[in-house]
Amino acid sequence: MKPSSMPMTVRFITREAVMYKNTPIAEGLFTWPSKEPALLGSRCQQCNIAEFPQKPSCPACGSMDVQVEELPRRGTLWTWTIQGFMPKKPYLSDETPETFTPYGVGYIELPGAVCVESRLLENSPEKLKIGMEMELVVETFRHDESGNPVMSFAFKAVE
Amino acid sequence: MDVAIVGIGIHPFGRTAGLSGLQQGAYAARLALKDAGVEWKDMQFGFGGSASAGSADALVNELGLTGLPFINVANGCATGGSALISAFNAIKSGEYDIGMVTGFDKHERGAFNADPKQMGIGEWYGEVGLMMTTQFFAMKIQRYMDAYGISSNTLAKVAQKAFSNGAKNPNAWRREEIPLDVISDSPMISHPLTKFMFCAPGEGGVALILCRADIARRYTDKPIYLKSAAVRSRRYGSFEVFAPSQALKQVDGPTVDASRAAFEAAGVGPQDIDVLQLQDTESGAEVMHMAENGFCEHGEQEALIQAGETGIEGKLPTNTDGGCLANGEPIGATGLRQVYETCVQLRGEAGERQVPNTPKVGYTHVYGAPGISAVTILQR
Repeated sequence: MKPSSMPMTVRFITREAVMYKNTPIAEGLFTWPSKEPALLGSRCQQCNIAEFPQKPSCPACGSMDVQVEELPRRGTLWTWTIQGFMPKKPYLSDETPETFTPYGVGYIELPGAVCVESRLLENSPEKLKIGMEMELVVETFRHDESGNPVMSFAFKAVE
Repeated sequence: MDVAIVGIGIHPFGRTAGLSGLQQGAYAARLALKDAGVEWKDMQFGFGGSASAGSADALVNELGLTGLPFINVANGCATGGSALISAFNAIKSGEYDIGMVTGFDKHERGAFNADPKQMGIGEWYGEVGLMMTTQFFAMKIQRYMDAYGISSNTLAKVAQKAFSNGAKNPNAWRREEIPLDVISDSPMISHPLTKFMFCAPGEGGVALILCRADIARRYTDKPIYLKSAAVRSRRYGSFEVFAPSQALKQVDGPTVDASRAAFEAAGVGPQDIDVLQLQDTESGAEVMHMAENGFCEHGEQEALIQAGETGIEGKLPTNTDGGCLANGEPIGATGLRQVYETCVQLRGEAGERQVPNTPKVGYTHVYGAPGISAVTILQR
């Protein structure tokens, strides 16, 4: 390798690193970018029912008088399962059937707000128990065609 | 005006290479016509549904272009039940004397892959792997087991009973008994449910001829009366499939609501039912639906199932034809299969799987995405 090629390589990596952009999997699902991301729900100003994701009307009474709010970042596990096989489309991850890893899915009861469905970072039955405390994380879920990380939310057990 | 079922027809469930879903529907329709001793041109209306096998009203191309009004019905797994209710009301109204209800389907192999957009949910929900009916059923029974002490062994026994009944049903897809340990030890699809505890999308067709009760004996000496039929959608607060979030406080689901309405309209109660078909898309669903339909208290299923009371000879003969577990689920046909089986049982023509002591009143129940349920009560 010629010594002169080294700076080239370094510059290339640096440029790519700058070009990558973390993008949320959908707009308006959670606050992003944010140091402490939170899920965004809507709350009916008539009957106080909260919903996730945010909607223009209330699922209980149909009122359109709703306001968007940040949902609590911590809650308790209401129920759970483990997805044992790789789903067909519309599932869209970086995985192949060979690299697929079973993932946890659950509902997390967010106090005073709503019970949200989410992927869980835990994926073995021994680590999951109804009623356990969970907290929100926002992480890279997959990469888009240009290699940009696509961010999504999950819940994990509170240590 | 009371309503009677005077003709029934079925195309065997499972996989039939070389026959389209529509052709399986036409096969069932011809058998139902023959059973009632009528011809297609005698039909004054048709209601039918299919999710993956084209428009149900294309049946007229197979059976003859007679000009009858044929209405397509699409209501998920409750499609058959919804078509039946439409026909029930059409006859009760006095508008028609006789007509046909049909449902058929032909699905690809493997789990259903629903499209979030069709349910009004963002595409992210499917992309991250949450658009799975299997997960919902697993999470519902997971919490139920925790709350009411239902064991994994009981889930396996539900599937074992289904395959045992399927083995006695010439129209079933799965016609071999499967030992309990094979069911328990099969791959975990969605904890706590294993492969053999889930039904699979499949193929099949069913048709029924309905008429005014007062003319039923022109067509058959064994009319089965449709005492009531009810369909309900979910209310806010019930835990349903394809829900990115749900209420903090739970209310009764559409099954409970449809069941109560059907019992009230029929003027009978759960204690009067001699044979029942409950939606068993997986083992846990049958367990939970026993209580949701009023046949026992929550938690009593553990003892009832362990004692064999849901078997053909038991106090609550449930899914006597093998249910969805042994028949698979062709969406358009599945609810009508339950009604077909109930008619066969009430006529006393179920052969090896006949419920003893000549059952008089039967019950059918379906549940479908995104939270609908249909119930019928039938009497001979």
